[in-house]
Amino acid sequence: MNTPVQATKPADPSLLIMGYEVVIGFETHAQLSTRSKIFSRAPTAFGAEPNTQACAVDLALPGTLPVMNKGAVERAIEFGLAVGSHIAPRSIFARKNYFYPDLPKGYQISQFEIPVVQGGAVEFYLAPSSGSGPSEKRSVRLVRAHLEEDAGKSLHEDFIGQTGIDLNRAGTPLLEIVTEPDMRSSAEAVAYAKELHKIVTWIGICDGNMQEGSFRCDANVSVRKPGAELGTRREIKNLNSFKFMQQAIDYEIRWQIEELEDGRAIQQATVLFNPDTGETRAMRTKEDAADYRYFPDPDLPPLVIAPEWVERVRAGMTELPRVMAQRFCADYGLSDYDATALTQSREVAGYFEAAAQACGQPKLVGNWIMGEVSRRLNLAEADISACPITPAQLAQLVTRIQDGTISNNAARQVLDALWSAPEGSVDAIIEAKGLKQMNDTGALEKIVDAVLAANPKNVAEFRAGNAKALNALVGQIMKGSQGKANPQQVNALLLQKLA
Amino acid sequence: MTQLSSDLHDLTVAQLATLLSERKVSAVEAAQHFLTRAAQHTELGVFLDVQPDITLAQARAADARLAAGNAGPLTGVPLAHKDIFVTRDFTSTAGSKMLQGYHSPFDATVVARLGTGVAGSNPGAGMVTLGKLNCDEFAMGSANENSAYGPVKNPWDTTCTPGGSSGGSAAAVAARLTPAATGTDTGGSIRQPASFCGVTGIKPTYGRASRYGMVAFASSLDQAGPLARSAEDCALLLSAMCGPDPDRDSTSLDVPAEDFTRSLTADLAGLRIGIPTEFFGEGLAPDVRAAVDAALKEFEQLGARLVPISLPRTELSIPVYYIIAPAEASSNLSRFDGVKFGFRADQYTDLNDMYLQTRDQGFGDEVKRRIMIGTYVLSHGYYDAYYLQAQKIRRMIADDFQQAFQVCDVIAGPVAPTVAWKLGGHSDPLADYLADIFTLPASLAGLPGMSVPVGFGAGHLPVGMQLIGNYLQEARLLNVAHRFQQATDWHTAKPQGI
Amino acid sequence: MSLSTTDIDRLAHLARLGLASEERTRMRSQLNDFFGIVEKMRAVDTTGIIPLAHPVEIMGDVALRLRDDIASEPNQREANQRNAPALENGLFLVPRVIE
Repeated sequence: MNTPVQATKPADPSLLIMGYEVVIGFETHAQLSTRSKIFSRAPTAFGAEPNTQACAVDLALPGTLPVMNKGAVERAIEFGLAVGSHIAPRSIFARKNYFYPDLPKGYQISQFEIPVVQGGAVEFYLAPSSGSGPSEKRSVRLVRAHLEEDAGKSLHEDFIGQTGIDLNRAGTPLLEIVTEPDMRSSAEAVAYAKELHKIVTWIGICDGNMQEGSFRCDANVSVRKPGAELGTRREIKNLNSFKFMQQAIDYEIRWQIEELEDGRAIQQATVLFNPDTGETRAMRTKEDAADYRYFPDPDLPPLVIAPEWVERVRAGMTELPRVMAQRFCADYGLSDYDATALTQSREVAGYFEAAAQACGQPKLVGNWIMGEVSRRLNLAEADISACPITPAQLAQLVTRIQDGTISNNAARQVLDALWSAPEGSVDAIIEAKGLKQMNDTGALEKIVDAVLAANPKNVAEFRAGNAKALNALVGQIMKGSQGKANPQQVNALLLQKLA
Repeated sequence: MTQLSSDLHDLTVAQLATLLSERKVSAVEAAQHFLTRAAQHTELGVFLDVQPDITLAQARAADARLAAGNAGPLTGVPLAHKDIFVTRDFTSTAGSKMLQGYHSPFDATVVARLGTGVAGSNPGAGMVTLGKLNCDEFAMGSANENSAYGPVKNPWDTTCTPGGSSGGSAAAVAARLTPAATGTDTGGSIRQPASFCGVTGIKPTYGRASRYGMVAFASSLDQAGPLARSAEDCALLLSAMCGPDPDRDSTSLDVPAEDFTRSLTADLAGLRIGIPTEFFGEGLAPDVRAAVDAALKEFEQLGARLVPISLPRTELSIPVYYIIAPAEASSNLSRFDGVKFGFRADQYTDLNDMYLQTRDQGFGDEVKRRIMIGTYVLSHGYYDAYYLQAQKIRRMIADDFQQAFQVCDVIAGPVAPTVAWKLGGHSDPLADYLADIFTLPASLAGLPGMSVPVGFGAGHLPVGMQLIGNYLQEARLLNVAHRFQQATDWHTAKPQGI
Repeated sequence: MSLSTTDIDRLAHLARLGLASEERTRMRSQLNDFFGIVEKMRAVDTTGIIPLAHPVEIMGDVALRLRDDIASEPNQREANQRNAPALENGLFLVPRVIE
């Protein structure tokens, strides 16, 4: 139910593909992490025996009626607050009528004209299309997020000529989150999806498990010449991995452009992405799609949400990534970009704050987490929760860099050592490996004097105004100190002696 | 005992309850007596399912409660349920081939409250179920001729319709095959058959009785209620049926259960009875009018004052109702697709054909007609002109009643324009729709309404008077009806040959 | 306003009713008779009137009742599937669904 809004932003030339502007909107179905179904008391746990979690209400047995789950509404409110939406004080459940074997009532209870969550936006940073330069802040506007019930599953395997219907999933609460067609590239689309995934898992309203279908994305893709009306869109259904998402959208964009270039018009369609072929294919158009005969569900009076309830939910919510990032900027003097990076997950944020507070060096700690630490984690395909080094250890390492005990190079060696033997202490490793920087000025002066004496030519050149000559001398001195000299100190000493 | 039990079936619910509580009759005796009568009067076609073993087991349980001294006022009294209510122990067909032999895994809330109770919340009245009663398919009809299991015959003239859709309920009570029965009323389905069969029936305020376990026809209109032989009996049953069902029905009202017998005998002096001009137009048959007028005079005798009022949109209620009800029905009946339960066609080529064949063979003509109407008025491009427009006029109709209740306490008029017509007498479905004109307005407004026998018309067929009260005024309606029945004996009249 | 045979076909399809052709013809005339009496209703001026979805709204504001998030329904698959037309390994069977 995307409401195509004319996106007025002028096309960014760097994003044009063969002269076409790409326009993408998203519809995401997030399964809400309630214990019971949205309109029945049956459990929602994944993977149970077929139809053992489908009660009389879920099966639409004659005489059954829906009774709304408060937990689902609370989660919808939390989401709305997380993305700055308006929480409708009064929203309406409607019936969407169509026949399908996994839809027990012959209609889906959803929200149509008046959804519970209205407006809002998802903000994130996007690496520049040019590939270099700073990341840009992007904001994708939300049209709405509404509550609805999930359908069951059709199993086509092992039944000769027949399909098996498992209704365990029928009635699982969903929040369908609909964006404006604000995205202009597959990269931006994936970045949006990742940010949305981060938000719903961060606030804990959805487990985010894409394999099990807890977080399903549909992408509405169209292309147009810059400034033209929105093109006809095709909807790519059930993108259940970020990797496929990018592939599917890129393929779809190319396909649409080629169609248009070959003079064929795009037909509105629902398509599926086949990971094996890497292609999108139009589904057999679901019949009745044209006419769902929506009308307010007479079994369900209006959903009324008092302001007090919204405030109670707000008060009980964990600090949101956006808010936490702002705090990191204010309290720790981090840049927007760093603060966002360090609030990718609650785990990373927690790790950062623990280390930063332990050593009072937030910027250094941040650089090390985003640099050396995450590089090693990526290699191990692990996340921060699996990091062998504790925040306290990282704090200690950063302290040693800060007080000049070791150089950055030496610190990397310490990190490597800790990584393989986490029980070790930073100072012990520095000792054992003899990584301490030479801070004994007397010893350093001897080396400096020796080097100056041994290199009159460079000295002369420097005095003659060739700054480069200094570097040669510094190099000699560092060598003479087996790299343990503190470069700043060496510079200072040299300049003083050559003055 | 035996000479007494020979005419047990002539006793009212109140009288039977007294004998049972005084242990002068056992629940088993009473049940046995009515089971025998049911077996003797199958020609009326009222019962769709009878399970003597289950009935007698319930009766023994009731006797145990009576013996143990933890019985309620109705414990042991037999009753029968309209087949629209799903039951665990009896089949539940809703009068449709679609649900032939259907066994519900649970009891409707109303059935549980009247019977063995709702687990955890309500002990149950301990009444004994005699069986399930015939009705129009999915409660769609005014003559009980739309049942897949054959028509019900009017005990007063077996060539006539008992009315519908609760025709089996009304006929069973009139024929003394049960002291009382449950029914459901969507557009008049309790009041009109009660009127045609000369029994007393009440439809409470929408939301008073839980809809959980009622096979849904039109969700915003369906409401359960009792049919019996007196207002007092209806009051006793209604008290047991009503009450919030927060765990199962989101539209059940948050008003506590009431004792509707509390004010039965209150004086009617000063009662203002509103007489809607539109209910007494040329559409009203003279014989019905005569009986209703006589009853109004009787009320004046009892100290009531007649106040002329207007319900200007009475005629509009026909199109409004026949758009809203089918719209909701078209959606409610989509679950009958041959996948999870009920009928599935034997022959089909693929999934879509299975749907087409199953629903074509499983539904009767009237049901299909209403599904088509409902599908149309909800479909793209017509929703605003039909469904939405109807919902707007529905509010105007409800507001008209509130206007009227400024100047009167209850509203009185005919239930139907005529007495019962011949079976097969209405070849044109539209004729049935038009005959609902006087019951539809209160249904659309969700107001309580009842039918009280006030005499006989052509062919010595019963005439019912309709009483409509404001929201939650059931006790007042029952009081008005009870005082009338204390002063008259129309409600005690008994069909010949029964 | 009058329903055409294509209207009837479209509605029969939407409602999944495999009506035989003579039934469609009868249905069409009956529906057109009915919509004859509906015309009066369409003419009524309802500007500014709020549709009445739940009759008890007249008594005062109605709000959806919410239940606590507790999973208390036991597994009753056997009882729930007792009336199923076709089953295998606890699954409802239908003719093959092609996507």
